[in-house]
Amino acid sequence: MVLNQYAGMRSQLFVVRLPGASAPGFLFMALRNLPPYNSQLIFVRDLTDMFHSRPLVFHCLLLMLLMASVGLSLSLGSITVPVAELVDVVVGRLVGEAITGTADMVVWQIRMPRVCLAVLVGACLAVSGAMVQGLFRNPLADPSLIGVSGGAAVGAAIAIVLGGTWGWFSPSWNLPLFAFFGGALVTALVYRLGVGPLGTSVATMLLAGVAINAMTSACISYLATTAEDVRLRNLVYWLMGSFNVASWEKVSWVAPFALLSLVMIPLLWKGLNALLLGESEARHLGIQVERLRLKVIVLAALAVGVSVASVGVIGFVGLVVPHIVRLVLGPDHRWLLPGSALLGAALLSLADLAARLVVEPQELPVGVLTAALGAPFFLFLVVQRRRGQLYGV
Amino acid sequence: MVSDPVLQLTDLGFHTGGRDLLQGINLQVAEGECVAVVGPNGAGKSTLFRTLSGEWSPSTGEVWFDGKPLANWTLGDLARLRAVMPQSSSLSFPFAARDVILMGRMPHDSGREQDEAIVEEVMDVCDVRHLAQRHYTALSGGERQRVQLARVLTQIWQPVATGRRLLLLDEPTSALDLSHQLDLMQLVREVCGKAVTVLVIVHDLNLAARFADRVMMLHNGASVAVGAPAEVMRPDLIECVFKVKTQVIEHPLYGCPLVVS
Repeated sequence: MVLNQYAGMRSQLFVVRLPGASAPGFLFMALRNLPPYNSQLIFVRDLTDMFHSRPLVFHCLLLMLLMASVGLSLSLGSITVPVAELVDVVVGRLVGEAITGTADMVVWQIRMPRVCLAVLVGACLAVSGAMVQGLFRNPLADPSLIGVSGGAAVGAAIAIVLGGTWGWFSPSWNLPLFAFFGGALVTALVYRLGVGPLGTSVATMLLAGVAINAMTSACISYLATTAEDVRLRNLVYWLMGSFNVASWEKVSWVAPFALLSLVMIPLLWKGLNALLLGESEARHLGIQVERLRLKVIVLAALAVGVSVASVGVIGFVGLVVPHIVRLVLGPDHRWLLPGSALLGAALLSLADLAARLVVEPQELPVGVLTAALGAPFFLFLVVQRRRGQLYGV
Repeated sequence: MVSDPVLQLTDLGFHTGGRDLLQGINLQVAEGECVAVVGPNGAGKSTLFRTLSGEWSPSTGEVWFDGKPLANWTLGDLARLRAVMPQSSSLSFPFAARDVILMGRMPHDSGREQDEAIVEEVMDVCDVRHLAQRHYTALSGGERQRVQLARVLTQIWQPVATGRRLLLLDEPTSALDLSHQLDLMQLVREVCGKAVTVLVIVHDLNLAARFADRVMMLHNGASVAVGAPAEVMRPDLIECVFKVKTQVIEHPLYGCPLVVS
């Protein structure tokens, strides 16, 4: 009896340790047995099997990744702040005994708001990507591909170029508000165009996205030609998508909206799962589809709108991140939504770190970096889908 | 006349684009009965299915379910009593088949443990246990159909205190080979027994004749015959509706009508 219990405990311990312990071993095996042309996919499948029943383990890993990337982003840069000093500054600030000096200046005044923005925006973009993909029942939908970011950008550009001329609202409120309505309008439009009586047409939706993106860039170009010099410069910098505009003031107005959508969106998991079966199937399972759709559109517009308004257009995060999470955890939105938020936050803060480091002392707009990395990944997905290998479709 | 029917259609009609897709359909389905709807392509079977499942609202007449007009039901209450299996499902995300089946428990708050137990039971009954961990997207058409059937059975597996259960099936056998067609209909009949009322749309007259208690034949959006299979499966009627000369003989094994063309 005692022996049995012991054996049970041992096997449990083993199971808990399994993912961490066997991943390097598996990697080694996968590399050694390179020849099968889709060994990479076998690897992905095995990862999927390994984690499928253990979303919590994966979330813990994601959380660790996020903490590591935040730590790295705070510590690295033109001045490297050692970890010990970093901890001193952060703890000092949080507990109340602020340490003044260069380290505090660099970490708390310059890097911290920037990291906060990257984390919030990354989480928002990734989670709304996952959600929009669920709404459209298509893994290739992405807020920037179907024009939502573009719509938000037009709204924000109007606020930048014409803002303040009407005298109502402060400019810092105009921007998110306009971005929100721009994003909401386009999401609703694309959805109306993409959904016919026979269900959702992906081709229509993506084509609508192409057309809307063309229209939005025309709008923005027009606004740019009419803008005065200072505003034009603001607009151009902002369009490239960068975190160098970060400040605590900015974080203070981004955070409430971002956190609101980050809390609300994962609550929709059940309805989104049912929706994947089809709209009428979801209705027959008791889901109020119209209401769910409205919530998704409003929340996507809010999350994407506030992201675009604060740091400009950053593409592909919303597309790539949910894909990676789906490969590991499967399509269940209960885990997909929080997982995407965590991974999006971690990846975007890492991308921002890279954007600061690669061309030092210059800085790359992070939108350029995510597009440069995300676009090839997207092409890879398209090709894989075509070959019918991914997901075994 | 059926007393206290589970499903009742009164003078049901559906018009769109100046055409009558359905008109004057009357039907009462008693508790525990299995009614099959047959008819040639374009007769209005799918329109009827969509109207009586509540997806489309009828232009005339009403659908009553368990003593209440369909429009007065909340989606949640309806989903706890009634399951609908569509002709084909467009699920394109790699859910494990078991997760798809588990979704049938979504309307109920019976708790994870009980839901899991029901899923296990249904998977055995539907013979899909071996598919449990396979991705839905990797299944064949027939396997998908069986998984979807398991899902809708899971949804109405247990009696619910608030009313009587109903199962609506739209051509559930369309993607299946002969033996699976028979298996599926047999299964539906056995599982539902006298506890769950079934309305099923089928293409195959012989399938309807063998498994249904009553058959309704549709032609150009109107019901041309309702009754026991032997009353509806008449060569003259079939020739008039399907434009095919047939003979109807008694099935040597089951005694039901057998349509031979």
